[in-house]
Amino acid sequence: LICCYRKPKTKRAKRFLEKREPKLNENTKNAMLIKGGNANLTVTEVLKDIYAVKKPFAVLYKRKNITRPFEDQTSLEFFSKKSDCSLFLFGSHNKKRPNNLIIGRMFDYHVLDMIELGVEKFVALKDIKNSKCPEGTKPMLIFAGDVFDVNEEYRRLKSLLIDFFRGPTVPNIRLAGLEYVLHFTAVDGKIYMRSYKVLLKKSGCKIPRIELEEMGPSLDLVMRRTHLASDDLYKLSLKQPKGLKPKKKKNISHDALGTTYGRIHMQKQDLSKLQTRKMKGLKKRPAEKSAQDDGATPKKSKSA
Amino acid sequence: MAAVRVEAMLAAAEEQEAEKRRSITVEKELELEYDLGNLLAVDRNPPPAAALRGAGPRREALLRALARDNTQLLVSRLWELPAERAGGAGGPLVAQLPEPTFRLPREKPAPKPRPPTRWEQFARLKGIRRKKKTSLVWDEQAKEWRRRWGYRRAGGDPSRAWLAEVPAGADPEEDQFARLRREKRERVARNELNRLRNLARAHRAGSAVPAAPLHPTGHQDRDELRRVARVARVSTASLGRFQPRLPKEPAEPPSRSGGKKRRFQPLLGNLAAERSRQLELLRDMGSKKPVLDITRAVNKQLRQEEAEAAAANKGKKQSKRGKRGRRQQRPGRSGKKSGARRQPQQQKPAGGGRRK
Repeated sequence: LICCYRKPKTKRAKRFLEKREPKLNENTKNAMLIKGGNANLTVTEVLKDIYAVKKPFAVLYKRKNITRPFEDQTSLEFFSKKSDCSLFLFGSHNKKRPNNLIIGRMFDYHVLDMIELGVEKFVALKDIKNSKCPEGTKPMLIFAGDVFDVNEEYRRLKSLLIDFFRGPTVPNIRLAGLEYVLHFTAVDGKIYMRSYKVLLKKSGCKIPRIELEEMGPSLDLVMRRTHLASDDLYKLSLKQPKGLKPKKKKNISHDALGTTYGRIHMQKQDLSKLQTRKMKGLKKRPAEKSAQDDGATPKKSKSA
Repeated sequence: MAAVRVEAMLAAAEEQEAEKRRSITVEKELELEYDLGNLLAVDRNPPPAAALRGAGPRREALLRALARDNTQLLVSRLWELPAERAGGAGGPLVAQLPEPTFRLPREKPAPKPRPPTRWEQFARLKGIRRKKKTSLVWDEQAKEWRRRWGYRRAGGDPSRAWLAEVPAGADPEEDQFARLRREKRERVARNELNRLRNLARAHRAGSAVPAAPLHPTGHQDRDELRRVARVARVSTASLGRFQPRLPKEPAEPPSRSGGKKRRFQPLLGNLAAERSRQLELLRDMGSKKPVLDITRAVNKQLRQEEAEAAAANKGKKQSKRGKRGRRQQRPGRSGKKSGARRQPQQQKPAGGGRRK
């Protein structure tokens, strides 16, 4: 492969390539938002709003691309390779499938899953007049509805949506900065996506009371076609390398109540040489000790 | 009357307090499932389908109420996490998130360690380890520390070397500068060729290229061609026994076993040979002193030493002497045998050689 035998000549190029190579701990997934050959206003607005939500980790392509993802995936894979994006959202519109959105993800620059959703109602960010939360806020994700666990396609959709809107994985989070929540409800064959701004109000105790204010894009979606990866390919993509598993500390165990137990391994003890409480009265006087050694009966002496 | 009003006010205040305390509790049939690492909550309760069917503000209000309840539960969980004040006493309250538990597919497959190059294999076999070199070298002429190679290296710029000695056995008419330039070019070319070969080998090992095509493609290397030639020879009616060989091609004995590695002696064969073999076996087993296979013992010892040294040097720097120094200093082992990592010679009969 060209990438193998042509070495980068500058440090910048080397850093660029290192960012894109497969790693143990991966980068945050980028999303590419593409317009189809016949995208209409609604779909364009949807793409713009989703771009605003996913701001630093998304690329919005301005031009229209005449492709059909369900028939031919090479164009998408080419884009994914060029821009190093593993999530995509493709919007198009025609008479048979109005306001169509295809949401999908890639594994190793090949399409893994694709789900086609139809937008039935859309309220844009600019239509709701109130204050928005800052760009790049990590959203809280809530899925309501038992369909998300029962139906296989809905389960994959849930996994896709989490992957899409998750954002970077962080070790700490500022509790006052939990401002954005995306709520997905699956009811009656429809999926309602609503975004709210979270207001933390004073309550009697430490945990604040939540009030929600409708903020961001809200979509009413209906599931159309799907192109899901085969089970073994999906399992392969889920496989985590061994280096990621945390090293188990030996001889430490935890029980359900939160107590930590440790194990100490001891050598076999010589019980005759055990250090117990000293009873001065029972201490053998040197004369008695020698007498005992000779075989005479020991005399018990009381302390003076 | 004033008392009644005060009582009413107190009652109202108490009700307000109770209201506040109730306000963060949410009643749900089924508990939500939380993945705090992803800030994710999953609600398995079936939503009120009938109520949500009618379009309009009622539906929005219902969805909002549902969202508020779920968010309240999630935020309660998040506020229960161990938190601390970042940046001193006045800083923001920061909670430590656990690892995300929801399994999501990776973006790219896990990186595979690349196979060792030809030199690395050889070095591992011989027990050669990398000597850590200092980045600066003392230059006597300039009387300062200079780089080992690169800009302003110790020993001056090689391209401006104005003197090239004619070596002892060389032709006096030969242009030494041209020779040096040519040799450098050759070295660079050989290096590049080896690097590409290593890359090709690594690439082939990774991608599991299927069986070699039987016609020459021009991109095959020595081993592949040998393999292909052997396959072609054997694919005759008499399994390659009467095929003419090239003048320097070694004669390959026909492997009648058909690829089996272990072959047993026939049951009814040479009785005398069998008897002698069994007696030797018994003698070796009955002897008090263990039968020693020198080569094998030496190899085992070397490997053990290597493993110990690797374990000891994990955190520390390597000792300068390294493997070679230690090996040379040990008496009683000749240089020949200590380097003997080849297959054990057939000195012992089959029975004795198999024992460890």
